[in-house]
Parts: sequence; structure tokens; C-alpha cells
Amino acid sequence: MTDFHQLVVKKIQKAFPDAVEEVQEFRGECTIVVDMESVHAICKMVCEDEELDCNFIVDICADDMLPDYPRFAVNYQIRSMDNNGEFRLRTFVDDPDEGPQTVGDIWNVGGWLEVEVYDLMGITFQGNTGLRRLFLPEDWVGHPLRKDYPLGYEEVQFSFNWEAIQEKKPYAGRKRLADNN
Amino acid sequence: MTLMAQGGDTVRELTVEELRNKLGTGMEISNEENMLLSMGPQHPSTHGVLRLLVELEGEKIINLAPDIGFLHTGIEKNMEAKTFTKALVMTDRMDYLSPMSNNLGYVLAVEKLLGIEAPPRAQAIRMILAEMARIGSHLVWLGTSALDMAAMSVFLYCFREREYILDVFEMCAGQRMMVSYFRPGGLWRDVPEEFIPAVEEFLRFMPAKIADYEGLLKNNPLWLARTKDVGVISKEDAISWGLTGASLRGSGSDWDLRKATPYIGYENVEFDVPVRTEGDVYARYACRMDEMKESLRIIRQALDKLPDGPVNSADRKVVPPPRSELGTSMEAVIHHFKIWTEGFKAPKGFVKQSIESPRGEFMCYLRGDGGSKPARVHFRTPSFVNLASIPVMSKNLYVADLVAIIGSVDIVLGEIDR
Repeated sequence: MTDFHQLVVKKIQKAFPDAVEEVQEFRGECTIVVDMESVHAICKMVCEDEELDCNFIVDICADDMLPDYPRFAVNYQIRSMDNNGEFRLRTFVDDPDEGPQTVGDIWNVGGWLEVEVYDLMGITFQGNTGLRRLFLPEDWVGHPLRKDYPLGYEEVQFSFNWEAIQEKKPYAGRKRLADNN
Repeated sequence: MTLMAQGGDTVRELTVEELRNKLGTGMEISNEENMLLSMGPQHPSTHGVLRLLVELEGEKIINLAPDIGFLHTGIEKNMEAKTFTKALVMTDRMDYLSPMSNNLGYVLAVEKLLGIEAPPRAQAIRMILAEMARIGSHLVWLGTSALDMAAMSVFLYCFREREYILDVFEMCAGQRMMVSYFRPGGLWRDVPEEFIPAVEEFLRFMPAKIADYEGLLKNNPLWLARTKDVGVISKEDAISWGLTGASLRGSGSDWDLRKATPYIGYENVEFDVPVRTEGDVYARYACRMDEMKESLRIIRQALDKLPDGPVNSADRKVVPPPRSELGTSMEAVIHHFKIWTEGFKAPKGFVKQSIESPRGEFMCYLRGDGGSKPARVHFRTPSFVNLASIPVMSKNLYVADLVAIIGSVDIVLGEIDR
């Protein structure tokens, strides 16, 4: 771990002793797993802290961990340009309809990055009013980057057999999944 | 106003409110009297299939929202169904103006996940080709953005020189644009012997050509009138809006990933990072022009120090054995078979790799689950993030300035939508 990583971990652990669940290091990258409720507060702290000065958010990216639960992981890649260091905040989201709070008020581009996550992975961000279909048409059903979203090889549905095929599809959204568990 | 629209099997009435929502951008309209103009997706100055919803008061832009997705091909999803090696070809198709950079970002992420490194010769060749891709991409940017502002001859000159770069790519990879030349662990194969003379020739004629382009534009009063003090964004705003690349360096930040977190040996070459403080269209133009000269310097040094040796990692679990070994070694046959049928397995874990692509920071997030296919690939593409700041830059300007701004941010729609 670099000095910057140690400083970040120390500061976050001090300010939010209950929020940090795990600190991982893999291939020289520092990942801090935190609980979902405190993501916004931690982001605000690292951004406003004069020593850390994390003024740049590189990316927000969601990951579907199926078959593991909690299912969704959201990664915030955060950078301090002056310290030339970066780290990853990782949080797990159980219910995609109640995702973490938006970070659009901390970094302007945050809201824009969240729209992409919403469109393709279906995680909503509390307080982000601009969530919409970005890449896909407005009437698209489903979120393609989820693991239970099929990648082709589906039976073609016609009006006479729509219901029958719909019944045996390998996925049927969250309800079917919940039944299986 | 009500409009009748066919939605599924029901016919319904749309209110003005719903119609605005259906316009697909979620933009707030400040004044009902203002005109809403849909610019694109077939508009030539939007550099691809970008649609901008512009709210105009007279000819002044009050508000603007980008609408994207016309080129969405689900590359991230598709890559999850392919092995690491096969998924590589999809990265070419994102930023089709600099496929070498995309290859590089993805390949470095795979190597980081596997914990291997390509040999020095491969790294040096990667550096030369990545910098040539940068010049080639900047040439397209220069040509098209000058064309948007009615300077047509620049476009023709730029594409002439880009053709030479593509010829060099074809010489190495057998492909002009969709190269897939960098592979996990090294390169597809070593460069041919004509490669070095060809790059030498490129280094010989290119500085004069760059001077030519500058002669056409740098002090051209029409060019200056269209670019100076247009689309200004401050350093703080640029950072907060996630701008990277020359668009950020035009606003006074010297952030360059080749300096900050060097990869493929950028720490061993000398180059400067061009920075301008004005933050307008001209500053971004000047930064990119200087970047081309710096790229030539990098290529010169990399070519002089080009080491001999293998171009592929010796790790047989990742890199297939040379063809010649297949006749004599049983192990080589097994490795060959395993790699080409099921691919190499990556450990559990996730990594990210950022590189400085011609457009800005290109980041690849990669998660392996122990299998031979990536469990999740995500690209943070510079065009996608840079697009978000166009509304900020173009507030209270004219439509003609918007054309200049889109050109100066240098977006590629294949990369935005991916």
C-alpha cells in the first residue's frame, strides 16, 4: 500500500468507524468496502478534506455478483490529482431500487456516470433526478449488463405462443429470482 | 397540445409534458416560448450519431442536453461471453479512430489481472504504435474540426498523412483500422523489417507537415475569430466535470497519465506535457497540436532504444507457443490446444488500468472469476465523460460556436455508446 492509500484508509476509518467493512489490496490497488448508507458522506469527506483533496472521480461502475448475494457492487474510482493517488470505494447494493445516494453534488460528473449505471445495470441512485434510458430506447425492458439478462439464443416469441415461452424463459426479472432463493 | 401516439397496443394522448420527456434527455426547459431544436443525429458537425437537444432563444443557446445511444452495441455485455483473447477484437470497435490505444488499455488490464508483463521489445513497439495512433487520431480531429469551421483544405492534408500511419498499421497487423495487434502477454507477432525504415520516414516528413497545418490555422484570422474565447471552461469546472486529455490540459491542468502513473515505459522517455490556461477552443487546439510534436519526440526515443528480444511473454499458460515448436514438443501441442480452445484462466479479483488515450483517460475495469472469460468488463471512455461538459461550455453562445465546441472536445461516438 502506498502512503496515500494508508492515509485514506486511516482517515476514513477514523471518521466512519462503523462504515468500513473491509480493506482489500490486489495488484497494488486499494479497495475500501463500505456500507451503502455512508458512501455519500465518505465521498464528501475525502473530497473536502484538505490533505486528501480527492477532486476527481474517474468512474462509477456497477458489477453484478450473481450468484452471490448481496447482488450488486458499485465501485467509485476516486482520485486525488495533487497527491497523485487513487483508490476504489466499493459498496454492495441489495435492492437495486434503493441504491446509494447520488454523488452528483460532490463531483458534477457524478450524476452523468450514474445514469449509465442505471441504464445498463438498473441501480437507482437516491436523489439523482436525471436517471433515464441513456443508451437504450425509452421503452426497453430490462437492464442488459445483469447476469440474468440473456445474450441471444432465445426462442422467438410470436403472439400465439408468447405466454408459453415467457413462462419458461431463463430469466424473469427480480421476482423469479427471489422465488428461487 | 395533444399528440396521438401508438405505444404497444394502446393508443394514448401525449401531453406537452410527456412529449418533452419522450424527447429523451430529461432536460428542463426554462421558458415555454423558447425554441427546441434537435441537432443531429445526422448532422455532419456532431461527428457521428450524436443528437443534441438545444433550447434556443433567438440564436442563443439557453440549455442543451446530449442524447446518445444510437450506436450502442453492447460491447461490455458481449465481452462477457468471449474468452479474454477473443474479447480483444471488440475493443477495436469502440474508438475506431485509435484502436491501438483501446487495445493497449484492455491488454494492460488483462496483464495486470494475470500478473504478467510483456517483454521490453513488445513494450517499446506498443509505445511507438500507441503514439502513432495518437497522431493519427489527432489528425482526424484536426481535419474534421477545421472542416466544421469551413477550412476544407486542412481536412485533405490531414487525411493524406493519416493514410501513411494506417499503412504502417497494416504492415504490422495486417489491418488498417481494426488492428487487434496487442495481445495479452505481448504482440500478435514481431514487426516486419520494413517497419523501422517506415517509421524513420514518418519521423522525417511529419514535423514539416505539422508546421504546414499550423501555417494554415495558427494565425488565420477566421480561425482565431471562431476559436478564441469560445467555449471557455475553468480548471475547477473541468476537473469537476471529469474532463481529461487535451481538453483538460487546455484549461490549465498538467494532468497526464503518461507522467502521473507511467505504463509501458513512459517513465524512460523524455517529453513535455503541453498546457494552456485559457480553457477555450483555441487552447484545446493548441494543446493537441503540441501533443503531436511531443508524440514524435517519444517515437524518436523509443525507436532509438528499441531493444532486441522476444515480443511475447514466456508464460506458456497465456501466450501460445511458436508454430515451430509444435512439431517437436508435446507440451507445446497441449498448450496450443488449451489456449485456442478454452483460453487462459484468470484469477479471481478485479483490477483497473488507466491509459492516456488520444481523447483522454481510457480506463478498463476487469473482473475475473477464475474462468477463462471476463466476469465483467467496464470501460470508462474519455469521450463519454467529456461529452457531459459540452452543455457547460456552450451556455449563452451561438449555434455556430456549439459546432466549434463539439469539434474541440473531440468525441467519437463509437466510444461513447460502445
